[in-house]
Amino acid sequence: MFVRTAWLVLRKDFAIEARSWEVLTTTLFFATSCVLVFAFAFVKEGKAVEDAAAGILWIAIAFSGTLALGRTFERERYGETLRALLLAPAPRPALYVGKLLGMLALLGTAEVFLVPMVAFLFQATLFSRPLLLVALLSGGTIGFSAVGTLFAAMLVRARSRDVLLPILLYPITIPVIIAGVRGTAALLAETPDEATATMWIGILAAFDVVFVTLALWTFEPLMTE
Amino acid sequence: MTDPRVDFDSVQLLDVSRHFGRRRALSHISLTLRSGEIVGLLGPNGAGKSTLITTLATLAAPSSGEVRYGNQPARALGAALRKSIGLLAHELHLYLELSARQNLTFFAELYGLGTRGQVDAALASAGLLERADDPVHGFSRGMRQRLALERALLHQPRLVLFDEPFTGLDDRAAAIVSDRLRQLAADGAIVVLATHDLDLADGLVTRAALIRDGRLLADEPAPTGLRTRYRALIGRA
Repeated sequence: MFVRTAWLVLRKDFAIEARSWEVLTTTLFFATSCVLVFAFAFVKEGKAVEDAAAGILWIAIAFSGTLALGRTFERERYGETLRALLLAPAPRPALYVGKLLGMLALLGTAEVFLVPMVAFLFQATLFSRPLLLVALLSGGTIGFSAVGTLFAAMLVRARSRDVLLPILLYPITIPVIIAGVRGTAALLAETPDEATATMWIGILAAFDVVFVTLALWTFEPLMTE
Repeated sequence: MTDPRVDFDSVQLLDVSRHFGRRRALSHISLTLRSGEIVGLLGPNGAGKSTLITTLATLAAPSSGEVRYGNQPARALGAALRKSIGLLAHELHLYLELSARQNLTFFAELYGLGTRGQVDAALASAGLLERADDPVHGFSRGMRQRLALERALLHQPRLVLFDEPFTGLDDRAAAIVSDRLRQLAADGAIVVLATHDLDLADGLVTRAALIRDGRLLADEPAPTGLRTRYRALIGRA
């Protein structure tokens, strides 16, 4: 029942997105604009400021992720469909997992476009250790989305949700951003520092385990008014 | 495998209070709802009707007191209890981007129902078979309300909660909803209708629970001339 419910919620979100492409296009447009603006600022005569690529990649992921979270849950607010989901005889944490998987798919798609773009504009050797890069991106995206999905669901009925979401989300996900930036920067060094990158991947994995567990544990009581 | 359905013939609110910070939305409400009744929760805006509906739907927990479904409290019954509850609120609980069929299929699957036959029957009942594959955002308010009604009743709930279901409906659509409520009660459901539309409630509800400022002022068989009774207890109507 748990897996089936999560799958149904994920499939429903895909079906809605396939009708409008609204969230994916806004997320991609915002992420692209973000990277382009930073590229104009930090790339001079074809050379980027040291470590800028790593920072800008993660800033773009965090900002576009926040936008995507807001838009995704705005759909559940209109018509109060989140309450309809909570009223279903399904395990409520499964609803959280379904929404989380949708966010991961969305941000994963955005990263498929973002990474080559950052690599090209900043002349960054992002693909020198592809497996480590994928591990960093996966760990960071899961951590960011796990916290973001919980907060966005909690704030669905709050009047100032658009302001509150980043205020709550960024302080808690700062370890994710730092780990992502430092781990990616280690991969971009002249000689890629695999040991440092692996250490940051470990920290991201620990963050993910803690926050996914916490979110699954607290989702039901937090969503009951 | 889905949880078995929880069945019950009555719902009891035992000294239920609900606070939002210092504001008391419900204050020491005790009320019994029985199978075959249409109970009207009547009162002005802000009386606590929607909070009571939300509490009965298990979407909000009482600050004190208890709601018992049959002989058991909600927390003892878990998620399976929600299979016996249907809610139609003013907000329609529909995804506007999806078609009528996609909406009903999604909720049918979420409730663990065999989908195809029940969804087609619900679409027919809503009079939407010909528009089944159109996105809901193109529907009129009346069409959306009919679809939302079928969505709420798809799993044949024992406890049916309606929160202002007549808002925005013309006379014909309101009559369809009223007839459906009567049919549900005749089939043995416990029907609760929160409304401040006394004209529609008069003659429809079999019992009236009058609420003001979160307090239950009266719980009595619904007399005809509900407006006079309402005016006497609550004030101008």
